[in-house]
Amino acid sequence: MLGKLTWAAIPFDQPIPLLAGAVVLVAILAVLVWVVVKGHLPYLWSEWITSVDHKRIGVMYTLLACVMLLRGFSDAIMMRMQQAVAFHSNGFLPPEHYNQIFSAHGTIMIFFVAMPFVIGLMNLVVPLQLGVRDVAFPTLNSVGFWLTATGALLVNVSLVVGEFARTGWLPYPPLSELTYSPGVGVDYYLWSLEISGVGTLVAGINLVTTVLKIRTKGMTYLRMPMFCWTTLAANLLIIAAFPILTATLAMLILDRYLGFHFFTNEAGGNMMMFMNLIWAWGHPEVYILVLPAFGIFSEVVATFSGKPLFGYRSMVLATMAICIISFMVWLHHFFTMGAGADINAIFGIASMIIAVPTGVKIYNWLFTMYGGRIRFATPMLWSIGFMVTFILGGLTGVLVAVPPADFLLHNSLFLVAHFHNVIIGGVLFGAFAGYTYWFPKAFGFRLHEGLGKAAFWFWLVGFYVAFMPLYAVGFLGMTRRMQHYDVPEWRPWLLLAGFGAVLILIGIGFQIAQLVVSIRQREELRDHTGDPWDGRSLEWATASPPPVFNFAIPPDVRGEDAYWSQKALARQKATVGEPHYEAIEMPRNSPTGFICAFFATVVGFALIWHIWWMVIVGLIGAYATFVVFAWRDHDEYEIPADEVARIDRLNIAERRDMVSAAGSLS
Amino acid sequence: MNIFDPQGPIAAAEKTILIDSVAIMLAIVIPTIIAIFAFAYWFRQSNPRAVYQPEWAESGRIELVVWAIPVLTVTLLGGVAWIGAHQLDPAKPVEGTGQGITIQVVSLDWKWLFIYPDQRVATVNTLTVPVGAPLHLQLTSASVMNAFFVPQLGSLIYTMNGMTTRLELRADNVGTFGGLSGHFSGDGFPDMMFDVHVVPQNEFSDWATKSVRSDNALDEKSYGELIKQSVPKDKAVYKLTDPELFQKIATQAIAPGPGPELTAKIGATDAR
Repeated sequence: MLGKLTWAAIPFDQPIPLLAGAVVLVAILAVLVWVVVKGHLPYLWSEWITSVDHKRIGVMYTLLACVMLLRGFSDAIMMRMQQAVAFHSNGFLPPEHYNQIFSAHGTIMIFFVAMPFVIGLMNLVVPLQLGVRDVAFPTLNSVGFWLTATGALLVNVSLVVGEFARTGWLPYPPLSELTYSPGVGVDYYLWSLEISGVGTLVAGINLVTTVLKIRTKGMTYLRMPMFCWTTLAANLLIIAAFPILTATLAMLILDRYLGFHFFTNEAGGNMMMFMNLIWAWGHPEVYILVLPAFGIFSEVVATFSGKPLFGYRSMVLATMAICIISFMVWLHHFFTMGAGADINAIFGIASMIIAVPTGVKIYNWLFTMYGGRIRFATPMLWSIGFMVTFILGGLTGVLVAVPPADFLLHNSLFLVAHFHNVIIGGVLFGAFAGYTYWFPKAFGFRLHEGLGKAAFWFWLVGFYVAFMPLYAVGFLGMTRRMQHYDVPEWRPWLLLAGFGAVLILIGIGFQIAQLVVSIRQREELRDHTGDPWDGRSLEWATASPPPVFNFAIPPDVRGEDAYWSQKALARQKATVGEPHYEAIEMPRNSPTGFICAFFATVVGFALIWHIWWMVIVGLIGAYATFVVFAWRDHDEYEIPADEVARIDRLNIAERRDMVSAAGSLS
Repeated sequence: MNIFDPQGPIAAAEKTILIDSVAIMLAIVIPTIIAIFAFAYWFRQSNPRAVYQPEWAESGRIELVVWAIPVLTVTLLGGVAWIGAHQLDPAKPVEGTGQGITIQVVSLDWKWLFIYPDQRVATVNTLTVPVGAPLHLQLTSASVMNAFFVPQLGSLIYTMNGMTTRLELRADNVGTFGGLSGHFSGDGFPDMMFDVHVVPQNEFSDWATKSVRSDNALDEKSYGELIKQSVPKDKAVYKLTDPELFQKIATQAIAPGPGPELTAKIGATDAR
C-alpha cells in the first residue's frame, strides 16, 4: 500500500534531525493555526497563493529563499562545528548524518536560496523597469514558483521521513547508483530537482519572453536598464542549460528505477558522461546566478553615485559575452580526470577568457563611482563589499583554471573557499543589495539602515574569517567533505573558520532584527513618493508599493535612465497636465499553480517511496488541473478608468511635492 | 601535506606555476582594489572638494584600457596554462635515477591497495617508494570514484572503475608523507588516508624482498575480503600471487565492489 514507506523511515534514533523536524513542524503548525484563527486565510488565498501578479510572485520567491537560507545555514554551521571538534574523534555527527548535511547544504543553497532569490528579484523588478503592467505568462509564472516550492518542500520532508542524499550536492555516479546508495536519499534529491527544475525552466521562458516582447513605448534594447540585460542573459542560460540538468537526472532516475545503465559501473555505463553533462549545466548555472547579481550592482552603484552607469554598451557586450562563453568552459571542473594536455589547456584558457568581460564589469563600476556623489546606504555598502571580495574570488578562480595549479588544489578546501568566495561575495551580496534596495518598492517602507549596516559588517567580516582559513587549509592538502581528520596542522584553521560562521550567524540575526524592527517602525520608514533613493529607472516612477497595474499611463521612454530624464524634465516644467486615464485589463488570479504544485508534491513523494497508485492519482490530478485551466473563459478583469485615476492622483501629488522640493534645493 | 613544501619535481613545478599565476594576477588586482577604496572615499557625498560630473559616463580611452588590462593578463596566463598543462601532463614520463617502479593503485571502499607487479608485493594504505626513481602509477577503482593525491608529490588524479588513469611522479627526499583520497566516496571516505614512505633505493629492494616473503597472499579470497565496504584497522602487506590482478579489476573481469546491502549479505553468509 505505501511502497517502501514504513515506520522505520522516521529517524527515531537520531535526535538532531528529529528534533529539528519537530521544531519546524510545530512552527509551521503554529503559523497555520494563527492564520486560520485570525481569519487571514481568505486574504492569503486570494491575494498571495493564487496571485498571478509578478510583484507578489517575486516577493514569494524571495521569501522562500530567505526561509531556505536559514535551513541551509543551519547545515553550514553544523558542518563547521563538526570539523572544529572532529579532530582525532568522531565529532557529534556520524558519517551517514554528516554526509546528508553537506549534500543538503549545497543543494538547498544553490537551488532553493540563490535561484529563488535572483528569480524573485527579477520577477519583482523587471516588468517595472521595462515600464509594463505584467509579465508575458502570468499564470505560468505562478506555476513556476509553486513547483520550486514543491522541490524545497520535498528536500525538507527528507529530514524526518527517510533520509536525504549522502552523495554531495551533485550526485556523482556510481556512488549515487542503486548499488552504492540503496536508500531513498538520492531519490529525494532527484525528484526535488526534476520538479523544481521544470519550475525554473518556465520562469526562464516567462522572463525571456517578457524582456524580448513586452517593453513600453520607446524602451529599445539599448535603453533597457542593465538589470534587464542581465535578466535576459541569465534566463537565456536557464532555457539552454536547465533541460540538460533535467535530462541528466532523468537518466540517473532510469538507472535507479528501471535498471538502465547510463552511468553504472556495469554493462557499459559511463560515469564520465554524467560529469560532462552535469557540468554542461553546472557551469552556466554559476552565471545564471551571478549575472542577475551583476545587474543589481549596476543599478545600485549608478543610483548611489548619482551618475549613469559608465560604459553602458561595454557592459551589454560583456554580459552577452559571458552568456555565450559560459557554455564553453565546463571541462575545468575535472582537469584531473586524465583527459590529456591539449583538452585541459584549451578549457583552461577558455575559462580565463570569461574573466575578461567580468574584469571589464568591475572597471565599469569603478568608473561609475568616479565623478559621482556617493551615498553609503546599505545597498551601496554591499556593492563595495562585493567588488573587493569578488575580485579575490575571481583571482582564485582563474588560478584553478590553470591546469597544473588545479592538480594541487582540485577538490580541496581551497576550492570550497573559492566558490563560496564568488557565490557569497557575488550572488548573495548582490541578493542582499537588491533586497535592501527594492524592499521599499515592494512594501512601501524602507528597511532600518543601522541594523542593515550592522548585518553587512558582520557578514563581511564573518565571510573573511570563515573562508580565508579554508584557503589556507586547502594549501595544507585538506580535501572537502571530511567527517573527521587526524592532521594537527588543519585544526587551528578549522577552529577559526568555525568562529567566522558564528560571526555570519550574528549577521543573520541582525537581518532578522532589521526586518522585525522595520515592520514595527514602518510609519517612520514610509516611502511616500515611490522614489526613496533618487532612482534612475522606471520602477521608481510608480508608487511604492506599485498598484496592481504598475503604471496608470504606460511610460514613454526617450533615452537611457528613463526616470532620471523624466525627473529632470519635470523640474524644468513645474506643472504637467493631468493625463487621460483609461480602463486597464489585468489577468485574473488563478489557483492553477498552487494546485499543480500540490499534485506535483504527491507525485514526487509517491515516486520516492515507490507508491505507484499514488503516482497515478497525482498525475491524473495534475492533468485535470491543466484541463480546467485551459477551458476557463474569463481570464481577465477590468479596472475602471475612475479607479485608475484615483490611485494615480494620490501618487502624483506626493511626487510633485518631492520634485518641487528638490527643484527649490538645486 | 603542505603543498608549499614539495618533495618531488612535479609538485615543485606545480607550486611554482601556482605562485607565478597569483603574482601575475596580483599585479592588476591590488591596484584595482586600492582604486575601489580610493574612488569610494574621495567621491563620498560629504567631500566638497570632489568634482561631481553627473552626466559623465563614456570615455573611449578608458574603455580601451579596461578591456586591454584583462586581455593582456589573460594572454600571459593563458600561455602559462598552455605550457604548464603540457609540461605537467600527469601521464608525461618523469626522469629519475635508478630503475623505474610500476605501481598499480586500486581504490576500494574504503582503503587503498597498492600493487607492485614487478616486485610481486601488494600493500594496503601504505605506499613505499624508492627515492629519486621514476614512479609509473596506473590507477583504477574497484567500486566508486576516488582520487589519488599525495599533496607533496603533486598531481591529484581520479580513479574510476573499468578505466585506467596514469600518473608519473618522483619523490626527491627520504621521509614519510601523507596521502589521501581527493574525491568523496561514501561513509568511510575520511579514513582513506595513507602514508607514503620514501626510502633509499637499496632499502626499497630490501623492503620488497622481505615483503614478498609475507605469509599473507593476495589471491581471490583475500581480495574478496578487501573489496567489501570496510575501514581496515591495520596496514596489511601481501605477497602477490596473481600478477594480472590489476588488469582483472580494471577490465571488470573481477566484478566491481558490492555496495552496503550486498556487503551486509556476504557478511551474513560468512557468519553462517
